[in-house]
Amino acid sequence: MRKRGKFSLSLRGREAMLGYMFIMPWLIGFIVFFLANYLHTLRMSVSSVDMVAAGGYDLSFSGLENFRHIFTEHATFTRVFVESMLGILVDIPLIIFFSLFIALLLNRKFKMRGIVRAVFFLPVIMASAAITNAIEQSLLMVMGGLTTMPPEMQQTTGLSVQSIAVLLANFGLPLQIIQYIIGAVARVYEIVRASGVQILIFLAALQSVPTSLYEVAFIEGSTPYEAFWKITLPIISPLIVTNVVYTVVDRYVTSAVVDMAYESAFLHWSFGVSAAMSVVSSVAVLLLLLMVCGFISKFAFYHT
Amino acid sequence: MQFTKNLLEKLPSFRRGYVLRAKKAVKETIMSIFIFIILIGIAFVILSPLLAIVSNSLMSRGDIYNPLVYLIPRNPASVHYEFALHYMNYWQALRFTLGYTFGITALQIAVCSLVGYGFARFRFPGRNILFGMVILTIVVPTQTIIIPLYSQFRFFDLFGALGLFMEPINLLGRVWSTVILTTTGQGLRAGLFIFIFRQFFRGLPKELEEAAVIDGAGPVYTYGRVMLPNAVPAIITVMLFSIVWQYNDVYFAGVFMSGVRNLLPVNLSGLATAYHWGEQEMDFNLVNAVVNAGVVLTIIPIIVIYMFLQKFFMEGIERSGIVG
Repeated sequence: MRKRGKFSLSLRGREAMLGYMFIMPWLIGFIVFFLANYLHTLRMSVSSVDMVAAGGYDLSFSGLENFRHIFTEHATFTRVFVESMLGILVDIPLIIFFSLFIALLLNRKFKMRGIVRAVFFLPVIMASAAITNAIEQSLLMVMGGLTTMPPEMQQTTGLSVQSIAVLLANFGLPLQIIQYIIGAVARVYEIVRASGVQILIFLAALQSVPTSLYEVAFIEGSTPYEAFWKITLPIISPLIVTNVVYTVVDRYVTSAVVDMAYESAFLHWSFGVSAAMSVVSSVAVLLLLLMVCGFISKFAFYHT
Repeated sequence: MQFTKNLLEKLPSFRRGYVLRAKKAVKETIMSIFIFIILIGIAFVILSPLLAIVSNSLMSRGDIYNPLVYLIPRNPASVHYEFALHYMNYWQALRFTLGYTFGITALQIAVCSLVGYGFARFRFPGRNILFGMVILTIVVPTQTIIIPLYSQFRFFDLFGALGLFMEPINLLGRVWSTVILTTTGQGLRAGLFIFIFRQFFRGLPKELEEAAVIDGAGPVYTYGRVMLPNAVPAIITVMLFSIVWQYNDVYFAGVFMSGVRNLLPVNLSGLATAYHWGEQEMDFNLVNAVVNAGVVLTIIPIIVIYMFLQKFFMEGIERSGIVG
């Protein structure tokens, strides 16, 4: 690295030029298709949008009118917005712990490991909107919820959510924690479905941990439990950050507030309001991401 | 515990090994039974809706209304598949969808690896800020900019240059808008792919390039002939994610390619309506069975591709080192 400093400035200039050359396709696309349109969305959010003939529209500046509208007049925005943000916050620990747990299990050697891993990747394959709708229909069916099955034939599982709640309440756990656990259990399919990519990333991380470290630890007499906390977790901690970022983005993109912004644009044709919703929610998610990642990065371990 | 300790002390030393090993074996067995139960349980959660879909799509009209039939059809019928094949325009759509998906994926890999290499190996002013912008494109959902993007392609005039000669072109309803977006690194989750490639190229030894440069290779040659062949694991990782996401994408296809009736997932979402009107079928349960047959037909190709790539993938992602 130091050697380069001895060379003339022109070499550094050449390197910089080559660098720009390599990222040029992205740079053009970023400026033309992303930045320009993001600024346009920002402008839309402070304008009132009027439709004109031939599919175009006129913008006229209206200050913070759209923001005032969504926060004080819109029937459901505030509630959906807050619920979506809280939902993301609630889902982060659930998905991270679940996917880490599953990755740890899948990382062990057992028969048919390839097939089991394929099963856990299925939710990623089936994440398409059209398929999701069909699956929700048939989820009702497999639980016996469709009308074709008479009620006396429907199975009732021995361990219902309610009985777990009573059990936990008898232990004297605080109500908030019980609600959190019950919520997680009730949404188990959703959690499983949202963890496919994270499981894969954790698996990759687990396989990158050098086995020599474990050998040394076991010779020194550590238990697997200690090895997990002292070796595995620190080494994969940078990937926990990656997974948190992915989880937040993934949950946000599929959240109700994004759907709402989409609907108010393409169903109700109120583009200004939709832009304001998008801006508010994406700024909130960016802040959330910064906060959460800042918090987790404190505990993450980097080689450098 | 106390019991085993006493036992061990009483045994002659050469027997102790057996007891310890037996203890370990029992522990291992209990552990693997525990893991087996958990994995089976969660695999059931994932597979059960799929099983229900497959079984429902195979049921004949009588089975659907027979309350005694649960999951295993008594008179299997392929009639729903025939309708689904017909109303989804399956074979033609499959050919087009696969061609489109593979083409876009190849573009994605070419562009994202190029950009990732640029960010990984060249120092230039503003590199960190620009890479921050890559992260921004990952975080900001495309829904936020979809409206101006839509009108950009509705009246596409190449930054105003084209407008001097002719009317703006309407690029909607065809593949061109997706191709242009992907070529300029703004395709489906392209930011994430750039991120993966950058991390990977950063992990490759610098000596590779130095050797190439000393042998007189230019930067483009070095990238294409030296770095890319060493990036196969990252390429396979990106290929798998890109194929799956591109294949499943209904949102962009709906916005930019609403005129194209040849994309499988799009056809699948329109299948219920098409069948309902095409056959004048008013029975919701039968429409549902046809949709389920369509789901099976849509998933099969992507599962086959995944099975094919998985072998490479598990070792691929290990070495691509996606580190945050």
